[in-house]
Amino acid sequence: MSKLSTLFFRKPGLFTAALLAPPIFWLVIVYLGSLAALLLQSFYALDDFSGVVLHEFTLATYAHLFDEANRDIILRTLIMAAAVTIASAIIAFPIAYYAAQFAKGKMKALFYIAVMMPLWSSYLVKIYAWKLILAKEGIISWIATSLHCQWLIDAILAIPSIGGSSLSFSYIGTFLVFVYIWLPYMILPIQSSLERVPFTFIEASADLGATPRQTFRNVIFPLAFPGVVAGSIFTFSLTLGDYIVPQIVGNSRLMIGQAVYTFQGTSGDIPLAAAFTVVAMVIMGIYLMIAKRLGAFDAL
Amino acid sequence: MRSEAKWPLKVAAASGVLFLLLPLALIILYAFSTEEKSFQFPPPGLTTRWFATAWFDRPDIWPPLYLSLKVALISTLLAIILGTCAAAALSRAKFFGRNALSLLFILPIALPGIITGMALRSAFDIMFISFSTWTIILGHTTFCMVVVYNNVLARFRRNSAEMVEASMDLGATGVQTFRYIVLPQIATALLAGGMLAFALSFDEVIVTTFTAGQQTTLPIWIYGELRHPTIRPITNVVAIFVIAVTLVPILFAYYFTRESEQTPRA
Repeated sequence: MSKLSTLFFRKPGLFTAALLAPPIFWLVIVYLGSLAALLLQSFYALDDFSGVVLHEFTLATYAHLFDEANRDIILRTLIMAAAVTIASAIIAFPIAYYAAQFAKGKMKALFYIAVMMPLWSSYLVKIYAWKLILAKEGIISWIATSLHCQWLIDAILAIPSIGGSSLSFSYIGTFLVFVYIWLPYMILPIQSSLERVPFTFIEASADLGATPRQTFRNVIFPLAFPGVVAGSIFTFSLTLGDYIVPQIVGNSRLMIGQAVYTFQGTSGDIPLAAAFTVVAMVIMGIYLMIAKRLGAFDAL
Repeated sequence: MRSEAKWPLKVAAASGVLFLLLPLALIILYAFSTEEKSFQFPPPGLTTRWFATAWFDRPDIWPPLYLSLKVALISTLLAIILGTCAAAALSRAKFFGRNALSLLFILPIALPGIITGMALRSAFDIMFISFSTWTIILGHTTFCMVVVYNNVLARFRRNSAEMVEASMDLGATGVQTFRYIVLPQIATALLAGGMLAFALSFDEVIVTTFTAGQQTTLPIWIYGELRHPTIRPITNVVAIFVIAVTLVPILFAYYFTRESEQTPRA
């Protein structure tokens, strides 16, 4: 044993290698290996007649992605992810701004708890909470009825394509739940980039005659923007890959995540499920490249 | 610090906070509702009987609970070992491909869960591996490891390497140095990382549905209840239980890493 430790002490490279071996073995075999298997599966195809997956190289599965139904799934998911990201940024910014620049003492602690509680609460429980809120007999309807504005909800639900029979069976519902569950992921990076804005910058801007509005637009916002982009990585990526939320709150039209889940499960079409997953990976790859260019990684 | 916030900002921030907290309060309220068939608001009456019903009359809750605890415990243990090794190696050594490796170590948590899940599912299919508790653990360990890695890495970066060198110079064996120097330094980070990993695993559903086959973990049980509700307040009781089980470790983890994180970032 002591010989071994002397050896490691003399040759730190050897020690590093010994330490790295188990986790690398795990990540390369289990994780990268699985990703390779995923890629491989996406080049197989399901035989339409026998319902058996043929283990031969083909691009037929990728061609399937361009079918109208599948193209709609991808497009719908992209629009949802973009809408959720923009809405989260708009709601998150004032919270982060107030928490970073104005809140102190107890107020600061309250903001911390308000963000961390939902962030760390069970994912399914959060979705369930919205099932309660959006239900036909739930709190939103109750408030609307009490205020005599049920007509407003009916009008919103009557909007074609984003409406539906009730809030919990419409895209509006899906959208609200997504915004709720990913909001903390947007608040935290914005808040941390706002906290790094030096107070002297704001003073200097005011001294040089800028109005508070100008200071915000020309000094504070540009410095916080990488934080917004960093947060958007989470909101976008998480919405892109989620299938539980639209399954519980939403209508029957699928998103990418649901397509993956359905094809690998009930339809037994693992190649198509794999191809959809590859699409999500490619979209995320492009998104990360843009985010990197906008400076998001320095804000993480 | 500076002038007061203007009222539109106050209103926006306050409504944001309400938006974040109200849904969780509703979960708790509905656990006491006497209405079991719908989500009627306000609840027609309040009762505590669902807690007793969930405990005594619902044998279907216990096996998923045991499975989730088992998976979370084993995954956390594996994650602590693997994550700590990785953090120890990457915190000091400089070698070719180090940056690529750091990226690899955060990938399982940076990519959406569905990618990890579907990738594992593809691999099991190709290699004819049938679903078992171990396939679930395989998936969970992969992302739990990242959490431990991040926590322990942050701690290693703050500690000085001289302590270890001094210990070795004074004739301690590797085991002694680990036991008396390294372990006390990283203990709270290990505990915090382990607890976060446990909470993460206990609550995970997306990767799990791809690696579980016919098995039911507690989140999968809840997911089933959300799609085909039986007695709704029972789900709320279980939900409160899950919030408690995941929140307690997280508060502990926060407590254990707080003082160290509060040292000024240099």
